[in-house]
Amino acid sequence: MNILFAYKMAIQSIIDNKIRSLLTMLGVIIGVSAVIVAVGFAEGSMQTITNKVEGMGSNTVTAYITSRSATSGVTMEDLEKLDKDNDNIVSIAPYIIKTDIVKSGKNSKNTYITGTSSNYEDVQGTTVSSGRFINDNDITKSLKVAVIGTAVENELFPTEDPIGKEISINGVKFTVIGVMGAVANGAEGTDDDIVLIPITVAQRVLKISQITTFMVSASSKETVDLVMSQVQNFLYKIYNDDSKYIVFSQEAILSVLGDISDVMSLVLGSIAAIALVVGGIGIMNIMLVSVSERTKEIGIRKAIGATNKDILVQFLIESLVIAGIGGIIGIIIAILIIKFGIGSTGLIEPVYSIPWIIAAFTICLTIGIIFGLIPANKAAKLNPIDALRNE
Amino acid sequence: MINLQHVYKIYKLGNNDVYALNDISLEIKQHEFVSIIGPSGSGKSTLMHILGCLDVPTKGKYFLDDIDVSLKDDQELAYIRNKKIGFVFQGFNLLPKLTAIENVELPLIYSNISQKERTQKAIEALSKVGLENRLYHKPTELSGGQQQRVAIARALIGNPPIILADEPTGNLDSASGVEVMELFHKLHEMGNTIILITHDSNIAKQASRIIKIMDGKVQE
Repeated sequence: MNILFAYKMAIQSIIDNKIRSLLTMLGVIIGVSAVIVAVGFAEGSMQTITNKVEGMGSNTVTAYITSRSATSGVTMEDLEKLDKDNDNIVSIAPYIIKTDIVKSGKNSKNTYITGTSSNYEDVQGTTVSSGRFINDNDITKSLKVAVIGTAVENELFPTEDPIGKEISINGVKFTVIGVMGAVANGAEGTDDDIVLIPITVAQRVLKISQITTFMVSASSKETVDLVMSQVQNFLYKIYNDDSKYIVFSQEAILSVLGDISDVMSLVLGSIAAIALVVGGIGIMNIMLVSVSERTKEIGIRKAIGATNKDILVQFLIESLVIAGIGGIIGIIIAILIIKFGIGSTGLIEPVYSIPWIIAAFTICLTIGIIFGLIPANKAAKLNPIDALRNE
Repeated sequence: MINLQHVYKIYKLGNNDVYALNDISLEIKQHEFVSIIGPSGSGKSTLMHILGCLDVPTKGKYFLDDIDVSLKDDQELAYIRNKKIGFVFQGFNLLPKLTAIENVELPLIYSNISQKERTQKAIEALSKVGLENRLYHKPTELSGGQQQRVAIARALIGNPPIILADEPTGNLDSASGVEVMELFHKLHEMGNTIILITHDSNIAKQASRIIKIMDGKVQE
């Protein structure tokens, strides 16, 4: 029998039994969309995190100093020397970070108060959207000026232009000289939730004399590893103990994130694939019922010359087509859920994983064949005499 | 054409052997119009199944067109049914979801004939039975007599040497029954070999030869 004709027959049979076909497909539809949505959710959330890490600047090396000794530590002079001694280092931004309350009039907000230098913009790869950034003059003269992130702007100055206004931290008044451009839609706890002040002022106002963190930007992606080892050597000379600091590059974080993302996709995808198998069992059940209902049809077909193989192929293609249509509907539903469900939250990137969509569809078709085999075989083995007698 | 030599069909019922066919030998020549008559339980259905290659004898030989059918497997029997035999059943046995023309085409689908040729032959066959203006009607939209004529067209389409009709008038009113029998006569005149299985002696009489079956044996 012609395979094309078998497809035509299968589609006809599906149309003739619309409700039953739809119910049969339901399991597969849910299975396929569950796999794609679960993986989309996993990859989307990892993508969001990855974007944030990438937003830190692409060629940067970060050093956290975990030692909290009051007497020894990295000074501004040390960092200047590090910069000068290594050609591959473009610039270094020091940080003193503390969470504290910032006030303006009646409004107040708990945020990251960060003391830094004029290199911040360069290293972070961000710029002010209005006003100006902290310059060297602000640092050497310890001027009480501040640049605020958009999350802080929204909270403290919801209606007015913050430039030139006063804010206070720990009772010390600062003049707002600039607003940073948004890097994370002004969300809480991100790089937009920040008040930047000159590092020299931060040492006194926050009562932290040592630099706690610094970020180094390398000249290119290729020199990141070299710069990383230079920073490690530099810190080892100061502390003689590599447990007192942590140095990492963005590349290293990204590669770990990639691994986490793969594992998450696999775990969530596999759990969702169980739904697909259940859907396959649904197909098998309905196809078995269908074979019983159509015993007479099978008998007639055999009497006029259909071989066992013809009947097998007919029922196998029918379950394959049911699985295929179910799979396609599942993919469409999954894309809609990702686009309008996950995507509309704005928190997680809508990601459509093409390899997983292909995998889910392939598994779906395979399940259609595997679970279609038992009913199709039952149909093929029917004795034509018994089948013809059946009313 | 058809040659049965000492054919037995034996079913096991517990410890007893039931002889549905008990040493049947018969010959049917080309262009004959034969009726096989017998009461229910006489073995005529079993004989029809064997003549129609739906079943094989337990013992004995069955030659159809000089082919020994008793030695064939399922796939070869399906092929023989497709090429050599046109079935007409008491209950019409049309596929309810297909139109008349699609039902008639069905045997050709299983012999891999192109759509164009199928359609052409199906129209031809339906014209022979006088249904050329009912091509796209489904069985439920046709009368019993018309349905049986569609079934006859389906039996004719592959131009098989034998038409095997099992109580073809059994589900029809007398007028339709007469129509169908006239059609068989016409087909016989056109050169088809027709084997009619019935329990109705009035129907059987219309054939040129009557084979009586009783308790699994031929009583000619």
